[in-house]
Amino acid sequence: MLTPRDRRELRKLGVGLVFISPWIVGFLALNLYPILASFYYSLTRYSPISSPRFIGFFNYEKLLYFDPLFIKALTNTLYFVVFAVPLGNMLALALAVLLNQKVKGLSLFRTLFYLPSILPLVATSIVWTWLLHPQYGAVSVIMAELGLPVISWFSDPQWAKPALIMMSMWGTGWMMLIYLAALQDVPQELYDVASLDGASLWRKFRHVTVPMISPIILFNTIVGLIGAFQYFTEAYVITEGGPGDATLFYSLYLFQNAFAYFKMGYASAMAWLLFLVILILTFFIFRSSAKRVYYHGN
Amino acid sequence: MIPNLGMKRANINTAVSFVLLVGLSAAFILPLFWMITTSLKPIDQLLLDPPVWIPSPLEFDNYPVALEEQPFLQYLGNSLQIGVAAVIGALISNSLVAYGFSRVEWKGRDAVFVLVLSTLMLPYHVVMIPLFVTFSKIGWVNTWLPLIVPAWLGHPFFIFMLRQFMLGIPKELSEATRIDGGSEWILLTRVILPLCKPALATVALFQFIWSWNDFIGPLIYLNERSLYPMSLGLALYHNSQGITDFSILMAASTMAVAPIIIIFFFMQRVFIQGISLTGLKG
Repeated sequence: MLTPRDRRELRKLGVGLVFISPWIVGFLALNLYPILASFYYSLTRYSPISSPRFIGFFNYEKLLYFDPLFIKALTNTLYFVVFAVPLGNMLALALAVLLNQKVKGLSLFRTLFYLPSILPLVATSIVWTWLLHPQYGAVSVIMAELGLPVISWFSDPQWAKPALIMMSMWGTGWMMLIYLAALQDVPQELYDVASLDGASLWRKFRHVTVPMISPIILFNTIVGLIGAFQYFTEAYVITEGGPGDATLFYSLYLFQNAFAYFKMGYASAMAWLLFLVILILTFFIFRSSAKRVYYHGN
Repeated sequence: MIPNLGMKRANINTAVSFVLLVGLSAAFILPLFWMITTSLKPIDQLLLDPPVWIPSPLEFDNYPVALEEQPFLQYLGNSLQIGVAAVIGALISNSLVAYGFSRVEWKGRDAVFVLVLSTLMLPYHVVMIPLFVTFSKIGWVNTWLPLIVPAWLGHPFFIFMLRQFMLGIPKELSEATRIDGGSEWILLTRVILPLCKPALATVALFQFIWSWNDFIGPLIYLNERSLYPMSLGLALYHNSQGITDFSILMAASTMAVAPIIIIFFFMQRVFIQGISLTGLKG
Protein backbone atom coordinates (compact mmCIF):
# COMPACT_ATOMS: atom_id res chain seq x y z
CA MET A 1 0.00 0.00 0.00
CA LEU A 2 1.12 3.54 -0.71
CA THR A 3 1.36 5.78 2.26
CA PRO A 4 -0.21 9.25 1.91
CA ARG A 5 3.31 10.58 1.75
CA ASP A 6 4.20 8.34 -1.19
CA ARG A 7 1.04 9.41 -2.87
CA ARG A 8 1.92 13.07 -2.46
CA GLU A 9 5.39 12.41 -3.89
CA LEU A 10 3.91 10.56 -6.86
CA ARG A 11 1.47 13.37 -7.50
CA LYS A 12 4.29 15.90 -7.48
CA LEU A 13 6.31 13.74 -9.84
CA GLY A 14 3.33 13.58 -12.18
CA VAL A 15 2.82 17.33 -12.09
CA GLY A 16 6.53 17.94 -12.71
CA LEU A 17 6.62 15.57 -15.68
CA VAL A 18 3.52 17.15 -17.21
CA PHE A 19 5.13 20.58 -17.06
CA ILE A 20 8.41 19.43 -18.59
CA SER A 21 6.66 17.25 -21.19
CA PRO A 22 7.46 19.59 -24.12
CA TRP A 23 11.13 19.18 -23.30
CA ILE A 24 10.76 15.38 -22.96
CA VAL A 25 9.20 15.17 -26.43
CA GLY A 26 11.91 17.44 -27.81
CA PHE A 27 14.67 15.49 -26.12
CA LEU A 28 13.44 12.16 -27.48
CA ALA A 29 12.58 13.36 -30.98
CA LEU A 30 15.19 16.05 -31.61
CA ASN A 31 18.16 14.75 -29.59
CA LEU A 32 18.12 11.15 -28.44
CA TYR A 33 16.62 9.45 -31.48
CA PRO A 34 18.72 11.47 -33.96
CA ILE A 35 21.95 10.77 -32.02
CA LEU A 36 21.31 7.03 -32.14
CA ALA A 37 20.08 7.09 -35.72
CA SER A 38 23.09 9.12 -36.75
CA PHE A 39 25.42 6.54 -35.22
CA TYR A 40 23.57 3.76 -37.04
CA TYR A 41 23.72 5.67 -40.34
CA SER A 42 27.44 6.18 -39.82
CA LEU A 43 27.84 2.40 -40.08
CA THR A 44 25.96 2.21 -43.37
CA ARG A 45 26.10 3.23 -46.97
CA TYR A 46 23.03 5.41 -47.27
CA SER A 47 21.64 7.70 -49.94
CA PRO A 48 18.12 9.07 -49.63
CA ILE A 49 16.89 6.98 -52.57
CA SER A 50 18.02 3.62 -51.16
CA SER A 51 17.72 2.20 -47.67
CA PRO A 52 20.80 2.08 -45.40
CA ARG A 53 23.15 -0.87 -46.02
CA PHE A 54 25.34 -1.95 -43.10
CA ILE A 55 29.07 -1.72 -43.82
CA GLY A 56 30.60 -1.66 -40.32
CA PHE A 57 33.28 0.95 -39.67
CA PHE A 58 34.17 1.36 -43.33
CA ASN A 59 33.12 5.04 -43.42
CA TYR A 60 35.40 5.86 -40.51
CA GLU A 61 38.32 4.02 -42.08
CA LYS A 62 37.79 5.78 -45.36
CA LEU A 63 37.60 9.18 -43.66
CA LEU A 64 40.76 8.72 -41.63
CA TYR A 65 42.93 6.94 -44.19
CA PHE A 66 41.67 7.55 -47.69
CA ASP A 67 40.06 10.98 -47.88
CA PRO A 68 42.58 13.82 -48.30
CA LEU A 69 39.71 16.34 -48.44
CA PHE A 70 38.57 15.22 -45.00
CA ILE A 71 42.06 15.78 -43.60
CA LYS A 72 42.14 19.15 -45.34
CA ALA A 73 38.77 20.10 -43.83
CA LEU A 74 39.91 18.96 -40.40
CA THR A 75 43.17 20.93 -40.50
CA ASN A 76 41.39 24.03 -41.84
CA THR A 77 38.95 23.80 -38.95
CA LEU A 78 41.70 23.28 -36.37
CA TYR A 79 43.54 26.30 -37.79
CA PHE A 80 40.38 28.35 -37.43
CA VAL A 81 39.64 27.09 -33.90
CA VAL A 82 43.22 27.62 -32.67
CA PHE A 83 43.26 31.26 -33.75
CA ALA A 84 39.66 32.42 -33.68
CA VAL A 85 38.72 31.16 -30.21
CA PRO A 86 41.63 32.65 -28.21
CA LEU A 87 41.76 35.85 -30.26
CA GLY A 88 38.01 36.39 -29.99
CA ASN A 89 38.18 35.70 -26.27
CA MET A 90 41.05 38.11 -25.70
CA LEU A 91 39.45 40.87 -27.71
CA ALA A 92 36.16 40.38 -25.85
CA LEU A 93 37.91 40.53 -22.50
CA ALA A 94 39.94 43.58 -23.51
CA LEU A 95 36.81 45.41 -24.63
CA ALA A 96 35.01 44.49 -21.42
CA VAL A 97 37.92 45.71 -19.28
CA LEU A 98 38.01 49.00 -21.16
CA LEU A 99 34.25 49.43 -20.79
CA ASN A 100 34.53 48.67 -17.09
CA GLN A 101 36.69 51.79 -16.50
CA LYS A 102 33.55 53.88 -15.94
CA VAL A 103 34.09 55.75 -19.20
CA LYS A 104 31.65 58.24 -20.66
CA GLY A 105 29.25 56.87 -23.26
CA LEU A 106 29.44 53.34 -21.88
CA SER A 107 26.06 52.25 -23.28
CA LEU A 108 26.84 53.60 -26.75
CA PHE A 109 30.18 51.75 -26.91
CA ARG A 110 28.59 48.61 -25.54
CA THR A 111 25.92 48.76 -28.25
CA LEU A 112 28.49 49.25 -31.03
CA PHE A 113 30.56 46.27 -29.93
CA TYR A 114 27.61 43.99 -29.24
CA LEU A 115 25.50 44.72 -32.31
CA PRO A 116 27.58 42.87 -34.95
CA SER A 117 27.24 39.61 -33.03
CA ILE A 118 23.46 39.50 -33.41
CA LEU A 119 23.20 40.52 -37.06
CA PRO A 120 22.26 37.91 -39.69
CA LEU A 121 25.46 36.17 -40.78
CA VAL A 122 24.38 35.91 -44.40
CA ALA A 123 24.08 39.69 -44.66
CA THR A 124 27.28 40.44 -42.75
CA SER A 125 29.15 37.86 -44.83
CA ILE A 126 28.15 39.64 -48.02
CA VAL A 127 29.14 42.96 -46.45
CA TRP A 128 32.60 41.57 -45.58
CA THR A 129 33.06 40.25 -49.10
CA TRP A 130 32.71 43.81 -50.27
CA LEU A 131 34.60 45.32 -47.33
CA LEU A 132 37.64 43.15 -48.13
CA HIS A 133 37.34 43.47 -51.90
CA PRO A 134 41.01 43.60 -53.00
CA GLN A 135 40.56 46.68 -55.15
CA TYR A 136 37.59 48.69 -53.97
CA GLY A 137 36.94 47.44 -50.42
CA ALA A 138 37.25 49.92 -47.57
CA VAL A 139 39.92 47.87 -45.79
CA SER A 140 42.12 47.61 -48.88
CA VAL A 141 41.76 51.32 -49.51
CA ILE A 142 42.75 52.18 -45.94
CA MET A 143 45.68 49.76 -46.05
CA ALA A 144 46.90 51.22 -49.34
CA GLU A 145 46.60 54.68 -47.80
CA LEU A 146 48.84 53.52 -44.93
CA GLY A 147 51.37 52.12 -47.40
CA LEU A 148 50.60 48.51 -46.52
CA PRO A 149 50.72 45.78 -49.20
CA VAL A 150 47.56 44.92 -51.11
CA ILE A 151 46.04 41.63 -49.98
CA SER A 152 43.46 39.65 -51.94
CA TRP A 153 41.94 38.29 -48.72
CA PHE A 154 39.15 35.88 -49.69
CA SER A 155 40.66 35.01 -53.08
CA ASP A 156 44.14 34.25 -51.71
CA PRO A 157 44.50 30.74 -50.21
CA GLN A 158 46.97 32.13 -47.67
CA TRP A 159 44.79 34.99 -46.50
CA ALA A 160 41.26 33.55 -46.75
CA LYS A 161 41.35 31.95 -43.30
CA PRO A 162 42.90 34.97 -41.53
CA ALA A 163 40.21 37.11 -43.18
CA LEU A 164 37.48 34.86 -41.80
CA ILE A 165 39.14 34.90 -38.37
CA MET A 166 39.18 38.68 -38.48
CA MET A 167 35.50 38.66 -39.36
CA SER A 168 34.72 36.28 -36.51
CA MET A 169 36.48 38.65 -34.08
CA TRP A 170 34.12 41.37 -35.23
CA GLY A 171 31.30 39.14 -33.94
CA THR A 172 32.74 38.68 -30.46
CA GLY A 173 30.37 41.16 -28.80
CA TRP A 174 28.20 38.59 -27.05
CA MET A 175 31.30 37.31 -25.24
CA MET A 176 32.24 40.85 -24.28
CA LEU A 177 28.82 41.34 -22.71
CA ILE A 178 29.22 38.20 -20.61
CA TYR A 179 32.69 39.35 -19.49
CA LEU A 180 31.37 42.79 -18.66
CA ALA A 181 28.65 41.33 -16.42
CA ALA A 182 31.29 39.21 -14.69
CA LEU A 183 33.70 42.13 -14.23
CA GLN A 184 31.00 44.23 -12.61
CA ASP A 185 30.63 41.48 -10.01
CA VAL A 186 34.26 41.53 -8.89
CA PRO A 187 34.25 43.23 -5.46
CA GLN A 188 35.90 46.68 -5.55
CA GLU A 189 37.57 45.97 -2.16
CA LEU A 190 39.89 43.46 -3.80
CA TYR A 191 41.22 46.16 -6.13
CA ASP A 192 41.48 48.63 -3.25
CA VAL A 193 43.56 46.21 -1.24
CA ALA A 194 45.76 45.52 -4.25
CA SER A 195 46.23 49.28 -4.76
CA LEU A 196 47.33 49.70 -1.15
CA ASP A 197 49.94 47.03 -1.81
CA GLY A 198 51.12 49.12 -4.74
CA ALA A 199 50.08 46.61 -7.38
CA SER A 200 50.38 47.76 -10.99
CA LEU A 201 47.43 47.67 -13.37
CA TRP A 202 48.74 44.53 -15.01
CA ARG A 203 49.25 42.78 -11.67
CA LYS A 204 45.72 43.69 -10.60
CA PHE A 205 44.40 42.29 -13.85
CA ARG A 206 46.49 39.16 -13.56
CA HIS A 207 45.98 38.43 -9.86
CA VAL A 208 42.54 39.86 -9.11
CA THR A 209 40.49 40.09 -12.29
CA VAL A 210 41.53 36.88 -14.03
CA PRO A 211 41.06 34.55 -11.02
CA MET A 212 37.75 36.15 -10.12
CA ILE A 213 36.29 35.73 -13.60
CA SER A 214 38.01 32.41 -14.39
CA PRO A 215 34.74 30.40 -14.49
CA ILE A 216 33.48 32.81 -17.15
CA ILE A 217 36.70 32.49 -19.16
CA LEU A 218 36.22 28.73 -19.08
CA PHE A 219 32.56 29.06 -20.10
CA ASN A 220 33.31 31.40 -23.01
CA THR A 221 36.18 29.21 -24.19
CA ILE A 222 34.04 26.10 -24.31
CA VAL A 223 31.04 27.77 -25.92
CA GLY A 224 33.38 29.48 -28.40
CA LEU A 225 35.07 26.18 -29.16
CA ILE A 226 31.84 24.31 -29.83
CA GLY A 227 30.69 27.14 -32.09
CA ALA A 228 33.99 27.36 -33.97
CA PHE A 229 33.99 23.64 -34.76
CA GLN A 230 30.60 24.11 -36.44
CA TYR A 231 31.67 27.18 -38.43
CA PHE A 232 29.59 27.12 -41.60
CA THR A 233 27.58 30.08 -42.86
CA GLU A 234 30.41 32.53 -43.60
CA ALA A 235 32.41 29.91 -45.49
CA TYR A 236 29.32 28.86 -47.44
CA VAL A 237 28.36 32.40 -48.43
CA ILE A 238 31.73 34.09 -48.92
CA THR A 239 34.15 31.51 -50.27
CA GLU A 240 32.14 28.31 -50.87
CA GLY A 241 35.19 26.43 -49.60
CA GLY A 242 37.67 28.08 -51.94
CA PRO A 243 40.12 29.25 -53.03
CA GLY A 244 41.72 25.82 -53.53
CA ASP A 245 39.90 24.29 -50.56
CA ALA A 246 41.56 26.80 -48.22
CA THR A 247 38.24 27.42 -46.48
CA LEU A 248 36.75 23.97 -46.83
CA PHE A 249 35.80 23.68 -43.16
CA TYR A 250 34.57 20.56 -41.43
CA SER A 251 30.89 21.54 -41.40
CA LEU A 252 30.97 22.66 -44.99
CA TYR A 253 32.46 19.38 -46.18
CA LEU A 254 29.98 17.47 -44.03
CA PHE A 255 27.13 19.45 -45.54
CA GLN A 256 28.40 18.82 -49.07
CA ASN A 257 28.65 15.10 -48.43
CA ALA A 258 25.13 14.94 -47.03
CA PHE A 259 23.23 17.30 -49.32
CA ALA A 260 25.28 17.64 -52.50
CA TYR A 261 26.70 14.10 -52.92
CA PHE A 262 23.91 12.45 -50.86
CA LYS A 263 26.39 10.33 -48.92
CA MET A 264 24.31 10.35 -45.74
CA GLY A 265 26.18 7.50 -44.06
CA TYR A 266 29.56 9.03 -44.76
CA ALA A 267 28.40 12.44 -43.52
CA SER A 268 26.99 10.84 -40.36
CA ALA A 269 30.38 9.30 -39.64
CA MET A 270 31.88 12.78 -40.00
CA ALA A 271 29.28 14.15 -37.59
CA TRP A 272 30.11 11.49 -35.01
CA LEU A 273 33.84 12.13 -35.28
CA LEU A 274 33.15 15.83 -34.74
CA PHE A 275 31.04 15.01 -31.71
CA LEU A 276 33.85 12.88 -30.26
CA VAL A 277 36.47 15.57 -30.88
CA ILE A 278 34.33 18.18 -29.15
CA LEU A 279 33.58 15.90 -26.19
CA ILE A 280 37.22 14.94 -25.70
CA LEU A 281 38.48 18.51 -26.01
CA THR A 282 35.85 19.82 -23.60
CA PHE A 283 36.73 17.09 -21.14
CA PHE A 284 40.43 17.95 -21.28
CA ILE A 285 39.80 21.65 -20.94
CA PHE A 286 37.67 21.01 -17.86
CA ARG A 287 40.28 18.67 -16.41
CA SER A 288 43.26 20.90 -17.06
CA SER A 289 41.50 24.03 -15.84
CA ALA A 290 40.18 22.46 -12.63
CA LYS A 291 43.06 23.81 -10.58
CA ARG A 292 43.08 27.20 -12.21
CA VAL A 293 39.40 28.04 -12.09
CA TYR A 294 38.27 29.72 -8.92
CA TYR A 295 34.63 29.45 -7.90
CA HIS A 296 33.81 31.99 -5.24
CA GLY A 297 30.72 31.54 -3.11
CA ASN A 298 30.27 27.81 -3.41
CA MET B 1 48.52 62.97 -0.97
CA ILE B 2 48.12 59.31 -1.80
CA PRO B 3 44.39 59.45 -2.62
CA ASN B 4 45.13 62.45 -4.86
CA LEU B 5 47.76 60.56 -6.78
CA GLY B 6 45.38 57.63 -7.10
CA MET B 7 42.71 59.95 -8.40
CA LYS B 8 45.03 61.36 -11.04
CA ARG B 9 46.06 57.92 -12.17
CA ALA B 10 42.39 56.84 -12.35
CA ASN B 11 41.67 59.84 -14.57
CA ILE B 12 44.53 58.96 -16.89
CA ASN B 13 43.31 55.38 -17.09
CA THR B 14 39.82 56.52 -17.95
CA ALA B 15 41.14 58.88 -20.61
CA VAL B 16 43.35 56.21 -22.20
CA SER B 17 40.45 53.74 -22.13
CA PHE B 18 38.21 56.29 -23.78
CA VAL B 19 40.65 56.93 -26.62
CA LEU B 20 41.13 53.20 -27.19
CA LEU B 21 37.38 52.66 -27.18
CA VAL B 22 36.83 55.38 -29.76
CA GLY B 23 39.41 53.78 -32.05
CA LEU B 24 38.02 50.29 -31.62
CA SER B 25 34.43 51.34 -32.13
CA ALA B 26 35.46 53.05 -35.37
CA ALA B 27 36.81 49.68 -36.52
CA PHE B 28 33.64 47.90 -35.38
CA ILE B 29 31.32 50.34 -37.12
CA LEU B 30 33.29 50.39 -40.41
CA PRO B 31 31.59 47.33 -42.01
CA LEU B 32 28.11 48.68 -41.31
CA PHE B 33 29.07 52.19 -42.41
CA TRP B 34 30.53 50.76 -45.61
CA MET B 35 27.35 48.71 -46.17
CA ILE B 36 25.03 51.69 -45.82
CA THR B 37 27.06 54.19 -47.85
CA THR B 38 27.58 51.64 -50.61
CA SER B 39 23.85 50.97 -50.70
CA LEU B 40 23.38 54.68 -51.45
CA LYS B 41 26.03 54.99 -54.15
CA PRO B 42 25.14 55.68 -57.77
CA ILE B 43 26.84 53.13 -60.02
CA ASP B 44 29.46 55.59 -61.28
CA GLN B 45 30.71 56.22 -57.73
CA LEU B 46 30.93 52.56 -56.77
CA LEU B 47 34.36 51.76 -58.21
CA LEU B 48 36.36 54.94 -57.72
CA ASP B 49 39.95 55.11 -56.56
CA PRO B 50 40.20 56.74 -54.04
CA PRO B 51 36.69 55.73 -52.96
CA VAL B 52 33.85 58.06 -52.14
CA TRP B 53 33.10 57.58 -48.46
CA ILE B 54 29.82 59.46 -48.50
CA PRO B 55 28.23 59.52 -51.97
CA SER B 56 26.64 62.61 -53.37
CA PRO B 57 23.97 62.64 -54.51
CA LEU B 58 22.56 59.78 -52.44
CA GLU B 59 21.09 57.13 -54.73
CA PHE B 60 18.01 55.78 -52.97
CA ASP B 61 16.92 54.01 -56.17
CA ASN B 62 19.20 51.06 -55.31
CA TYR B 63 16.50 49.86 -52.93
CA PRO B 64 13.62 49.66 -55.43
CA VAL B 65 16.05 48.08 -57.93
CA ALA B 66 16.98 45.41 -55.36
CA LEU B 67 13.30 44.72 -54.76
CA GLU B 68 12.82 44.23 -58.50
CA GLU B 69 15.75 41.82 -58.75
CA GLN B 70 14.40 39.49 -56.07
CA PRO B 71 11.14 39.32 -54.07
CA PHE B 72 12.96 40.57 -50.96
CA LEU B 73 9.76 41.94 -49.43
CA GLN B 74 8.26 38.47 -49.59
CA TYR B 75 11.44 37.00 -48.06
CA LEU B 76 11.20 39.55 -45.24
CA GLY B 77 7.55 38.67 -44.72
CA ASN B 78 8.40 34.97 -44.59
CA SER B 79 11.18 35.59 -42.05
CA LEU B 80 8.75 37.59 -39.95
CA GLN B 81 6.10 34.84 -39.99
CA ILE B 82 8.59 32.10 -39.14
CA GLY B 83 10.06 34.26 -36.38
CA VAL B 84 6.72 35.09 -34.79
CA ALA B 85 5.54 31.47 -34.88
CA ALA B 86 8.79 30.33 -33.27
CA VAL B 87 8.61 33.07 -30.62
CA ILE B 88 5.08 32.09 -29.57
CA GLY B 89 6.18 28.46 -29.24
CA ALA B 90 9.32 29.37 -27.33
CA LEU B 91 7.37 31.50 -24.84
CA ILE B 92 4.81 28.78 -24.12
CA SER B 93 7.08 25.74 -24.03
CA ASN B 94 9.96 27.25 -22.11
CA SER B 95 7.64 28.76 -19.48
CA LEU B 96 6.04 25.37 -18.84
CA VAL B 97 9.31 23.47 -18.74
CA ALA B 98 11.11 26.02 -16.57
CA TYR B 99 8.17 25.96 -14.15
CA GLY B 100 8.47 22.19 -13.90
CA PHE B 101 12.18 22.53 -13.14
CA SER B 102 11.86 25.28 -10.54
CA ARG B 103 8.49 25.60 -8.82
CA VAL B 104 7.44 21.96 -8.54
CA GLU B 105 9.54 19.65 -6.36
CA TRP B 106 9.81 16.13 -7.69
CA LYS B 107 12.22 13.29 -7.31
CA GLY B 108 15.10 13.31 -9.77
CA ARG B 109 14.39 16.86 -10.91
CA ASP B 110 17.91 18.18 -10.63
CA ALA B 111 19.44 15.12 -12.29
CA VAL B 112 17.12 15.56 -15.27
CA PHE B 113 18.03 19.23 -15.36
CA VAL B 114 21.70 18.32 -15.81
CA LEU B 115 20.58 16.32 -18.84
CA VAL B 116 18.83 19.42 -20.19
CA LEU B 117 22.02 21.43 -19.91
CA SER B 118 24.17 18.70 -21.41
CA THR B 119 22.22 18.84 -24.66
CA LEU B 120 23.71 22.32 -25.18
CA MET B 121 26.97 20.59 -26.08
CA LEU B 122 25.46 18.54 -28.87
CA PRO B 123 26.63 19.79 -32.28
CA TYR B 124 23.75 20.43 -34.70
CA HIS B 125 25.49 18.33 -37.33
CA VAL B 126 25.01 15.14 -35.33
CA VAL B 127 21.23 15.46 -35.40
CA MET B 128 20.97 17.21 -38.77
CA ILE B 129 20.88 14.15 -41.04
CA PRO B 130 18.43 11.94 -39.05
CA LEU B 131 16.17 14.95 -38.58
CA PHE B 132 16.23 15.60 -42.30
CA VAL B 133 15.39 11.95 -43.01
CA THR B 134 12.53 11.97 -40.49
CA PHE B 135 11.11 15.28 -41.63
CA SER B 136 11.20 14.15 -45.27
CA LYS B 137 9.36 10.96 -44.38
CA ILE B 138 6.51 12.88 -42.73
CA GLY B 139 6.33 15.36 -45.58
CA TRP B 140 7.71 18.40 -43.80
CA VAL B 141 10.35 19.20 -46.40
CA ASN B 142 9.49 22.39 -48.26
CA THR B 143 7.38 23.61 -45.35
CA TRP B 144 8.27 25.92 -42.46
CA LEU B 145 7.45 23.23 -39.88
CA PRO B 146 11.07 22.03 -39.36
CA LEU B 147 12.00 25.65 -38.63
CA ILE B 148 9.10 26.32 -36.23
CA VAL B 149 8.15 23.12 -34.41
CA PRO B 150 11.49 22.61 -32.58
CA ALA B 151 11.03 26.02 -30.96
CA TRP B 152 7.74 24.71 -29.48
CA LEU B 153 9.65 21.98 -27.63
CA GLY B 154 11.87 24.16 -25.46
CA HIS B 155 15.52 25.15 -25.70
CA PRO B 156 18.07 24.41 -22.93
CA PHE B 157 19.36 27.98 -22.92
CA PHE B 158 15.88 29.46 -22.38
CA ILE B 159 14.87 26.76 -19.89
CA PHE B 160 17.98 27.54 -17.89
CA MET B 161 17.39 31.28 -17.94
CA LEU B 162 13.71 31.12 -16.99
CA ARG B 163 14.42 28.52 -14.33
CA GLN B 164 17.03 30.76 -12.70
CA PHE B 165 14.53 33.59 -12.74
CA MET B 166 11.70 31.50 -11.30
CA LEU B 167 13.94 30.12 -8.55
CA GLY B 168 14.44 33.71 -7.42
CA ILE B 169 10.73 34.17 -6.67
CA PRO B 170 9.96 33.46 -2.97
CA LYS B 171 8.37 30.05 -2.29
CA GLU B 172 5.81 31.61 0.06
CA LEU B 173 4.03 33.12 -2.94
CA SER B 174 3.26 29.64 -4.25
CA GLU B 175 2.27 28.29 -0.84
CA ALA B 176 -0.27 31.06 -0.35
CA THR B 177 -1.95 30.36 -3.68
CA ARG B 178 -1.95 26.60 -3.06
CA ILE B 179 -3.62 27.10 0.33
CA ASP B 180 -6.29 29.21 -1.37
CA GLY B 181 -6.99 26.16 -3.53
CA GLY B 182 -5.37 27.47 -6.71
CA SER B 183 -4.07 24.86 -9.14
CA GLU B 184 -0.52 24.83 -10.48
CA TRP B 185 -1.87 26.17 -13.76
CA ILE B 186 -3.39 29.22 -12.08
CA LEU B 187 -0.20 29.66 -10.09
CA LEU B 188 1.88 29.67 -13.27
CA THR B 189 -0.32 31.94 -15.35
CA ARG B 190 -1.54 34.38 -12.68
CA VAL B 191 1.35 34.58 -10.25
CA ILE B 192 4.67 33.40 -11.68
CA LEU B 193 4.59 34.44 -15.33
CA PRO B 194 3.58 38.06 -14.64
CA LEU B 195 6.69 38.29 -12.45
CA CYS B 196 8.87 36.85 -15.22
CA LYS B 197 8.15 39.51 -17.83
CA PRO B 198 11.77 40.67 -18.25
CA ALA B 199 12.99 37.10 -18.69
CA LEU B 200 10.16 36.31 -21.11
CA ALA B 201 11.00 39.39 -23.15
CA THR B 202 14.58 38.14 -23.41
CA VAL B 203 13.37 34.73 -24.59
CA ALA B 204 11.16 36.33 -27.23
CA LEU B 205 13.94 38.56 -28.53
CA PHE B 206 16.62 35.91 -28.68
CA GLN B 207 14.29 33.41 -30.35
CA PHE B 208 13.27 35.98 -32.92
CA ILE B 209 16.89 36.81 -33.72
CA TRP B 210 17.84 33.14 -33.96
CA SER B 211 14.96 32.42 -36.31
CA TRP B 212 15.67 35.52 -38.37
CA ASN B 213 19.37 34.68 -38.70
CA ASP B 214 19.00 30.92 -39.20
CA PHE B 215 20.56 29.88 -42.47
CA ILE B 216 21.39 26.18 -42.47
CA GLY B 217 17.80 25.21 -41.54
CA PRO B 218 16.14 26.97 -44.48
CA LEU B 219 19.01 25.87 -46.74
CA ILE B 220 18.32 22.22 -45.98
CA TYR B 221 14.54 22.23 -45.87
CA LEU B 222 13.29 24.79 -48.39
CA ASN B 223 13.60 24.61 -52.14
CA GLU B 224 10.68 26.73 -53.26
CA ARG B 225 11.48 30.38 -53.65
CA SER B 226 8.10 31.57 -52.37
CA LEU B 227 8.93 30.02 -48.99
CA TYR B 228 12.45 31.47 -48.60
CA PRO B 229 13.23 33.59 -45.58
CA MET B 230 15.50 36.60 -46.03
CA SER B 231 18.71 34.76 -45.06
CA LEU B 232 18.31 32.10 -47.73
CA GLY B 233 16.99 34.44 -50.42
CA LEU B 234 19.90 36.80 -49.89
CA ALA B 235 22.55 34.06 -49.88
CA LEU B 236 21.29 32.41 -53.06
CA TYR B 237 21.01 35.77 -54.79
CA HIS B 238 24.58 36.59 -53.77
CA ASN B 239 26.01 33.22 -54.84
CA SER B 240 24.14 33.24 -58.17
CA GLN B 241 25.79 36.53 -59.18
CA GLY B 242 29.21 36.54 -60.81
CA ILE B 243 30.50 40.08 -60.79
CA THR B 244 27.80 41.88 -58.95
CA ASP B 245 26.58 45.38 -58.57
CA PHE B 246 27.59 45.76 -54.96
CA SER B 247 25.33 48.76 -54.31
CA ILE B 248 22.30 46.55 -55.00
CA LEU B 249 23.69 43.77 -52.80
CA MET B 250 24.40 46.24 -50.01
CA ALA B 251 20.87 47.63 -50.28
CA ALA B 252 19.51 44.09 -49.89
CA SER B 253 21.88 43.38 -46.98
CA THR B 254 20.76 46.60 -45.29
CA MET B 255 17.16 45.42 -45.56
CA ALA B 256 18.10 42.10 -43.93
CA VAL B 257 20.00 43.78 -41.11
CA ALA B 258 17.72 46.75 -40.45
CA PRO B 259 14.90 44.92 -38.59
CA ILE B 260 17.39 43.46 -36.11
CA ILE B 261 19.07 46.84 -35.56
CA ILE B 262 15.71 48.53 -35.02
CA ILE B 263 14.52 45.88 -32.57
CA PHE B 264 17.86 46.05 -30.79
CA PHE B 265 17.73 49.79 -30.30
CA PHE B 266 14.21 49.66 -28.89
CA MET B 267 14.85 46.69 -26.62
CA GLN B 268 18.47 47.26 -25.67
CA ARG B 269 17.86 47.09 -21.95
CA VAL B 270 16.15 43.72 -22.25
CA PHE B 271 19.09 42.36 -24.23
CA ILE B 272 21.68 43.46 -21.74
CA GLN B 273 19.52 42.17 -18.89
CA GLY B 274 19.17 38.84 -20.65
CA ILE B 275 22.89 38.24 -20.45
CA SER B 276 23.01 38.97 -16.73
CA LEU B 277 19.80 37.00 -16.13
CA THR B 278 21.37 33.81 -17.39
CA GLY B 279 23.07 33.64 -14.01
CA LEU B 280 26.41 33.34 -15.73
CA LYS B 281 27.82 35.47 -13.02
CA GLY B 282 28.80 32.43 -11.00
